[in-house]
Formats: sequence, C-alpha cells, structure tokens
Amino acid sequence: MTELLDCSSSIEYPNARPNEGSTMTETTATTISAGDGPLKMTTRNVNVFYGEKQAIKDVSIDVALDNVTAFIGPSGCGKSTFLRCLNRMNDTIPIARVTGKITLEGEDIYAPQMDVVQLRARVGMVFQKPNPFPKSIYDNIAYGPRIHGLANSKDELDHIVESSLQRAGLWGEVQDRLQDSGTALSGGQQQRLCIARAIAVDPEVILMDEPCSALDPIATAKIEELIHELRGKYAIVIVTHNMQQAARVSQRTAFFHLGTLVEYGVTSDIFTNPTEEKTRDYITGRYG
Amino acid sequence: MNSAATPVKKRTPTDWQGAEMQKRIRKRYGAERRFKFIGLGAVLISAAFLAFLLFVMVGNGLRGFTQTELPVELDFPAMTGGASPSQFEGQNAKANLRTLGVQDIVEASIQIQYGEEGTNLFSTGGWQRVRKEILKNPDIVETKATIYLPVQSDIDVAYKGTGSDSAEAKVAELSDSLSTGFNWNFLFNSDATDPMQVGIWGALKGSLITMFITLIIAFPIGVLSALYMEEYAPKNRFTDLIEVSINNLAAVPSIIFGLLGLAVFLNIFGLPRSAALVGGLTLALMTMPVIVISGRNAVKAVPPSIREAALGIGASKMQVVFHHVLPLALPGILTGTIIGMARALGETAPLLMIGMRAFIATPPSGITEPATVLPVQIFLWSDEVNRGFVEKTSAAIIILLLFLLTMNALAIYLRNRFETRW
Repeated sequence: MTELLDCSSSIEYPNARPNEGSTMTETTATTISAGDGPLKMTTRNVNVFYGEKQAIKDVSIDVALDNVTAFIGPSGCGKSTFLRCLNRMNDTIPIARVTGKITLEGEDIYAPQMDVVQLRARVGMVFQKPNPFPKSIYDNIAYGPRIHGLANSKDELDHIVESSLQRAGLWGEVQDRLQDSGTALSGGQQQRLCIARAIAVDPEVILMDEPCSALDPIATAKIEELIHELRGKYAIVIVTHNMQQAARVSQRTAFFHLGTLVEYGVTSDIFTNPTEEKTRDYITGRYG
Repeated sequence: MNSAATPVKKRTPTDWQGAEMQKRIRKRYGAERRFKFIGLGAVLISAAFLAFLLFVMVGNGLRGFTQTELPVELDFPAMTGGASPSQFEGQNAKANLRTLGVQDIVEASIQIQYGEEGTNLFSTGGWQRVRKEILKNPDIVETKATIYLPVQSDIDVAYKGTGSDSAEAKVAELSDSLSTGFNWNFLFNSDATDPMQVGIWGALKGSLITMFITLIIAFPIGVLSALYMEEYAPKNRFTDLIEVSINNLAAVPSIIFGLLGLAVFLNIFGLPRSAALVGGLTLALMTMPVIVISGRNAVKAVPPSIREAALGIGASKMQVVFHHVLPLALPGILTGTIIGMARALGETAPLLMIGMRAFIATPPSGITEPATVLPVQIFLWSDEVNRGFVEKTSAAIIILLLFLLTMNALAIYLRNRFETRW
C-alpha cells in the first residue's frame, strides 16, 4: 500500500493542484492522508453492520477541508452507507450499528456527549433525489437557520437566504419568486435549492449522495460547476456512480468494493495509474 | 446447444383474421359492455336509494316544521283590567306576567270564541306564545289582538293528512279558520309530551356538546398515538400486539363501548348518568381507533425523503414530526377524523347504555347536566304512540342530516386548506 502514498503524479489533470500530496501522513495501513489543507474529518477502522450483515469493513479515510473527496464503486459496495456514517444518518435505521472512530475537527462524533442534531447541521447532506420541502423557496432555505436560531432578525434571515441562494447559483433564477413552492422548480433547480438549504446552516462539511443521478446532463454540469465553486469553503464528500464526474470534480477518490476500501488517493492517480488490480478493472469498465 | 437435441416443432402461423379469433374479439367486447352496464346499474341503484331516502325524509319531515293554527281574539284591556305596557318591560316583566295569569286569560278568550269545549282544540302549552308576544311587544296589552295558537296534535295531524274520525270532523268544521304557520317551537324547544310543543334544540345542543367532548378527547390522543407508533415506537412483538388491538377495537360493535362506558365512567369514576361528558368520553373511545388507523396511514404516506431532508439539516426528531410530517399528514388525518366523528354523531346504542335516553325537557347547560343527542331523540320519538311524533321524527332526521353535512363540509374545507400542493 505504501506506493499509494506517492501521489506526486506527473500527469496533468484538470483538478490536480500543484501542492497536492505534500503533507501526507500515514496513520494505518489503509489510511491515506488527504493532503491539502487541515483535516476536517477522519475515520478509523469503521465497520457498519445491518443486523448480522457487515456492510462496511474496516474503512479509514481522511477528509481535508480543501478537497472534494469522491467515493466510487459498484452498486451495493457501501459507499452511501459509509457517507451516511459521517453525519450519523444511519442512526435513523434501527438495525444499523457503527463501530470504529469518526472525528470532526478532532471530536469523536459517536461520543455520547456529541449532539447529533448539531452534528447534522455542521455536516450537511444533499440527497440523491432532490427533496425540497413542500414550502416556498424562501422557507426551504430559512428553515435551517430558523430552527438553529442563526438569524436574529428578519433582515438577517433575508440575507442568509439570499447569500445561500447566490452561493448555490440559484439566486438569479428565483429572486423574483421566492414565495413560490420549492417543488415547482425543475429537477436541477431543486437540487441546487437543496444545496442552498444545506449551505444556509453554515456547515463545515457537505455530503452529497449521488446528487446528479436524477438530473439531465445540463443540470449535472451546473451542479458540478457549483461543487468547484464551493470547494475550499466547505469540505465536500461526494458519492457518485459516474466515474467521469468523480474525475472532473474531485481531488481525492476512494474506491469501494464489497464494503472494503480498495484504494484511496489523489484522483488523477486513481484514474490514470491505479495501484490495485480491482480499481483498474472498475475504472476501465471491466465490471461494476 | 447441440445438434442432437430434438428439433423445435414448427409453430402454425397465427390466423389473426380467422373466425375463431373474431369470435373471441366479439366475446371480449360483449364482456366489456356487460361490465360497464353492471357498474352503471350499481351506481344507479345506490343513487335511487339515496334519492328515495331524501324524498321520503324531506316529504315527511318538512311537515314537522309547520304547525296548524287557529286564531284567538284577545281583548287585553277587558281581560287584564287595564294593565300598562310598562309593567312588562325590564326586570319585573316575568314576575308581573305571572301575576297577570296569561294562561287563564287565553283560556277564557278561547272559551268565549270557541265555546266551553274550545280549550280542547288547542295544544296545552300553546298559551305560552301569548306570553312571548307580550314580552316582545308590551304595547299589545292595551289593544285587542288576534294571535294564532297551535291546535291540538290530533287536529294538526288530521289537517295535514289523515287523522282520526273525530279529528277529521273537527277539521271539516273549522276548515275556514285553520291555517298553517312555521313551527318555531320545533327549533327552540326541547323534548315534551305534546308533539305540538316538542323541539329539537335540547337534543341538538346535547349533540354539539357531546361531539365537542368527543373531538377534544379523541383527536389529540388519536393523532399522538398515530405519530408515536409510526415515528418513535420500535417495531417488535409488543407494538404489533398494540396495532392488532387497535384494529380490532375499530371493529368492535358500538353497544360494547356503551357497556364499557357504563362500567368505567359511571360505576368506577362515578360520573353523572345521562351527562354529555360521559357520552362524549364513550364516543371518544369509539372514535379513537378510527383516527389512529387513518392517522398512521397518513403519517406512513409522508415521503421518507422529507424526513431525511429535515434530519439532514439538523432538525430534531420532534421538529421533523411537528414541522414536516404532521402538516403533510394532516389532510389524511382529518379525513379519518371526519369518518370517525360522523359515525359518532349517528351513534345511538352506546348512549342508551349510559342513560342518555332520559326524557330531557330542558337543554343541557353544561357537560355534566343530563342531556340527550339527536339520534337518541329520534329513536325516542319514533317509539311514541302519538301520531304527531311521526313527522317530528322525520324533521329531526333532517336536522341530524343537516348537522352531519355542516360538520363534513367544515372538515372538508379544513382538509383542503391544509392540503399541500406538490
């Protein structure tokens, strides 16, 4: 596995940044340091069980603030399950059990004193199917800030709504109809609304679970563009079935197979020079 | 796979135009047509039943809202010995009326006009109309007035339709002076022994109070149970048992709830017999399972993606339930509540068990006062021997149906208001 640590790839890759891989630290055998910027989240030896069945086996991944981290792998390989561990959404499934250690800014998120509600505000999530609330566009965005008391006045709330929509690239399209229902927007707009809704509570990490799988290519391109723009402000983790998308938007890629982490490294390396046979087979389309 | 396998038997080409095929097509068309006619027939039969019900009810019931009257000339100055209108204004009006003896004045006037046996023509409580007239317009005591008073029930029945021979004879005799007026008593009085004097107000008020108690008990408990069972309760054998019990409870015959109410509310808690409170509690027991079942279905129908969306931005479980799940489930919950409340409104049997079949001549003024409800009142009147009660029964049914329609209209209005447009 040590060769994986060597991330100084010579291949030019659109998203590759010059200093990539310069601050690597090895922690466990399967762990690859994220590289850029301070570490936002770390996971160590995470196992997830659904009843008797083990869905995730001993996965350790670090997520850096400045990176977009992509999880790829064939269907049912556990990438979504693992993503949902990062904001404890698996807690809502009664039979799910998580072991290992996951930290956010050094805090163990599975520690008893961790408030799961606050955690989910700090680690926002965007889902596969756009799921705006059946409320107005304004209320969709304002809901999070309202329940967390982030705005002290109507003006402040207006400001949060506007800036969130602007960051999500939706402001220009909806500024005249903020009171219209969020569900009346097109699929791509709805998904950007959901991203804006996640941004509105000022999260540190945004998890995206196949955010483009229900969208057409143009809407997908817009979301990808948006991910580029959000990079650096939020640590972004994205699960995707689309390998081109992973290559386009991410700086780090993790390849999952049957619940194990096969390979994790700089995206350009994974796609051009994978270390593992399985990764090579998957990205060249031999299975999956 | 290999040449040794038996060769596939050649299929004869399908003859789509053949006689066999045509026959099948005709048969299919015939079946479609028959099905359509049978369906239409079923709809027509139910529509006919409904029309028949409405026709009979309205036909009989509308007569219950009218009464037959005879004019009575009242020479107040002569009869009262010069009472002044000011006596019948303000606080002392009722006391002064009592000393005046309105009933005697009316009876004397009747005897002057219709002879010694004249009072038998009139309904016994009819004189009270004169009392009300004086209270409404005291100046009348200085004048000679003609007031129409309701006739006796037998004559009323005979005038409206067919009555006994003696009553028919009287109608023929008086046909010039008999007239029909709107029976305000029916709307504002309570139960009485004389069908000319009965009214629906007591039962209507009893129904209103009972329904109110049923709603405020059954709705919150039902909705909270539904929310807890869907959103919080673990799925195990114990919750399965509760679910089965609730489903069975919804199917329990209503009279058994009456026995339960009798045993629990009257015998154990010692609540007053015949009270709207006990009636409401008993009907709430009956309505609750219906609300729980429909509420659970409505909560189940809220898409999980909405819950995830709210959880994903850091809403607590309770915020998810009260901000998102409940508002989206509310139209469904209201539909179930309408069904449950409509059933409770029409229920007679359980209320008989807790003593709400008493003769209630004054409308209840509180939840612990003896009361009766519309369906029980209808049941009681339908049991009366006096023929005058037949039309009153139908009229009461009309009131009950109107009450039901109003309640449903209100609920449907509320449901549409809360309905979310996706």
